[in-house]
Amino acid sequence: MSIDLSQFKQTFIEESLEGLDIMESTLLNLDVGEADLEAINTIFRAAHSIKGGSGTFGFNDIASFTHVLETLLDQTRAGERDVTTPAIELLLASVDCLREMINALQDEGATYDEEQVASVQEKLEIMLNGDKESSTENTAEAGSTATDENSPTTASGWLIKFAPHPDMLRTGNDPVLMFRELEGLGSLEVSVDTEALPNFESLLAEDAYLSWEVRLTADVAKGQIEEIFSWVDDECELEITALISESTAAEEEHVVEPEPQAVNTDVKTTPEKKAAPAATKKVAKKRSTSTEATSIRVGTDKVDALINLVGELVITQSMLSQLGEEFDMSKIEKLRNGLAQLERNTREMQENVLRIRMLPISFSFNRFPRLVHDLTQKMGKKVDLKMSGEQTELDKTVMEKIGDPLVHLVRNALDHGIESPEERIAAGKDPVGTLLLNAYHKGGNIIIEISDDGAGINKQRVLEKAVENGIINSPDDISDDAQVFDLIFAAGFSTADVVSDVSGRGVGMDVVKKNIKALGGGIEITSQEGKGSTFSIRLPLTLAILDGQLVRVGEEVYIIPLISIVESLQIDKKAVNRLAGRSEVYRLRDDYISIIRLYNLFGAKPDSVDLEKGLLVVVEGDGQKVGLFVDDLLGQQQVVIKSLESNFKQVEGVSGATILGDGTVALIMDIGGLIDLSNTLQRDSSDGAVA
Amino acid sequence: MAKILAVDDSASMRQMVAFTLKSAGHEVVEAVDGKNALDIAKKQSFNLVITDVNMPNMDGLTLTKELRGLTNFKFTPILILTTEAGGDKKVQGKAAGATGWLVKPFNPEQLLSTIKRVLG
Repeated sequence: MSIDLSQFKQTFIEESLEGLDIMESTLLNLDVGEADLEAINTIFRAAHSIKGGSGTFGFNDIASFTHVLETLLDQTRAGERDVTTPAIELLLASVDCLREMINALQDEGATYDEEQVASVQEKLEIMLNGDKESSTENTAEAGSTATDENSPTTASGWLIKFAPHPDMLRTGNDPVLMFRELEGLGSLEVSVDTEALPNFESLLAEDAYLSWEVRLTADVAKGQIEEIFSWVDDECELEITALISESTAAEEEHVVEPEPQAVNTDVKTTPEKKAAPAATKKVAKKRSTSTEATSIRVGTDKVDALINLVGELVITQSMLSQLGEEFDMSKIEKLRNGLAQLERNTREMQENVLRIRMLPISFSFNRFPRLVHDLTQKMGKKVDLKMSGEQTELDKTVMEKIGDPLVHLVRNALDHGIESPEERIAAGKDPVGTLLLNAYHKGGNIIIEISDDGAGINKQRVLEKAVENGIINSPDDISDDAQVFDLIFAAGFSTADVVSDVSGRGVGMDVVKKNIKALGGGIEITSQEGKGSTFSIRLPLTLAILDGQLVRVGEEVYIIPLISIVESLQIDKKAVNRLAGRSEVYRLRDDYISIIRLYNLFGAKPDSVDLEKGLLVVVEGDGQKVGLFVDDLLGQQQVVIKSLESNFKQVEGVSGATILGDGTVALIMDIGGLIDLSNTLQRDSSDGAVA
Repeated sequence: MAKILAVDDSASMRQMVAFTLKSAGHEVVEAVDGKNALDIAKKQSFNLVITDVNMPNMDGLTLTKELRGLTNFKFTPILILTTEAGGDKKVQGKAAGATGWLVKPFNPEQLLSTIKRVLG
């Protein structure tokens, strides 16, 4: 039977990458000089699994690399080696190498930086051999495949004396099975010796008392027989001697001195199972084009919950179809109940399906200990990274897209936020700075906070810089703190006087904000000079579904994301003012908000253009409040977002579309875009008026 | 056909072992570590146990020892999967009560020929 081992490759890749993450995070927490046995065991286990798997599935270069790593870790585990800073750095470098090698498996033909791997492997070997002479050439022992062709010990037959120790049976070994195996080699003649058998009263049923003498007539190597008894060689007396017979002389090719006790070690192994000759394969150099793995690991509890719900759905369905077969108006109440149950099932199912796409934010947070470790070493800063709320769940797509902005913010905090140990001491602070990553749910959102206890944001400098770069005309334009901090996100703004290796990588904070906005989220800064800053990111839990408010304009139905609605009100005409050059504004308590007539933007035919006959939905987007004038509010419901871009094209002011219960399509408003759109239109129309 | 308990913390190895055994017509129950395996073993009997050695929560040697303490597993063949080429783990395995071993890396054919030795 042949089994295609490549089917297990993806699992191997996933579990290995997971193992590497564990290795990395454990290494980062390892204290120099102090061997935490449990931590070292964890690291060892990860390396060990990767080695075992890579050998089994034929990834010989990985097996060879991990073999050295494993030996080194095994010695550390046994206390023969100290945990030193260079050792940790080297192990971290090994993790990087392995990660690259394993990622390269993902794509057919992708390769990794062999020189880098070879150099790290060499360093590992040097470390390994530095104080120990260890030529740990892989001595993969074959199971039961001793081949007879190149065996020197053959005879026409063998006399086997086999006397098990009393407790041999307790390890699950059965003499009968051994004899059966011997029988496969040739013809058997077995005689049993019952001498040791005690009388019945003193007989212990679980002990072995019998011993045997077996005559095997077969042209086989002694090693093959020994192999059969290899599992019990310390649990029995075994004597194997060659039977001299007339036929031996005839077989001239096989006339070799039988070597006593020599087990044939020159075992032929197929390339797949041969683990790791040290030579690395030469492959054409080509950067791995890392394709994003599209599979997702889901906890079985989530799948079970879903299966359970499908079961309930089937019950509801059969109940309803039974009802339909013999329906009359007397059963209307039953029908209503059934439909209510169906609705509940559907809703629960929807929630559970969405939950499948949810992953704990730790997937994203996990890369930070290493990043902080590497960056602080480079910058000569001391930072204690704290994380909380790692189990907070977030949609996989959102998580993937928030990764880079988070890295940017963390780099920023380390580079511009936290001061050098000297500056910190001078400021009377702990020389070790603290960086806190925190995540939690709030409403339908997830909040991710990045806080440092560094120098905080220097408002004066931000203002100066903004004027310098032409973002604002004069510092007096801006009064409150939030607006000052917001300048950091303006395109073309950078307060770092010297573009450093760490944070000056061309991606500015404007891109960070843009990415977050593209996910339907927002970012806010709070900062206190000398005390530190907090960047807090708000993201929707999922991009697939939103809670929407249905509004009607004439015949058309539009959907406003519930989250952006502040309030809805009936318009009091006295509060409406028309500004010169600008459109109508509405006085809402102490605020003035612009009124956007939706029918104008979308060219719909309204019931009425009279403000008093419709309603004003006050919405907030990009920190700006506006009022949307609509004919009527319909209902609230969860809508599934269908992308307009993939079906039509991107439309400004519209984030997507959905299909309503009656089958019609409704557009979902993008409030930020809507405000921009209306501003542009107004500017155009007022320009037109002037001309 | 035999009922086999396959224990390994590595999902890929576990899948490979289980798939190979199932392809040969055996019934396979999978466990992710020694603790998990022991919980399963307390509720059902098996004709054979195949276990990895290095595992979190409970390693294969402890599992073997624990299993031998259960009435149902007194004489059940237990095979340990070990990468150690040296006899160290084998000796420890035998001391814990293992029937035999299979050295990693192994291929499906080797796995099947090895279990034949204990299942007959």
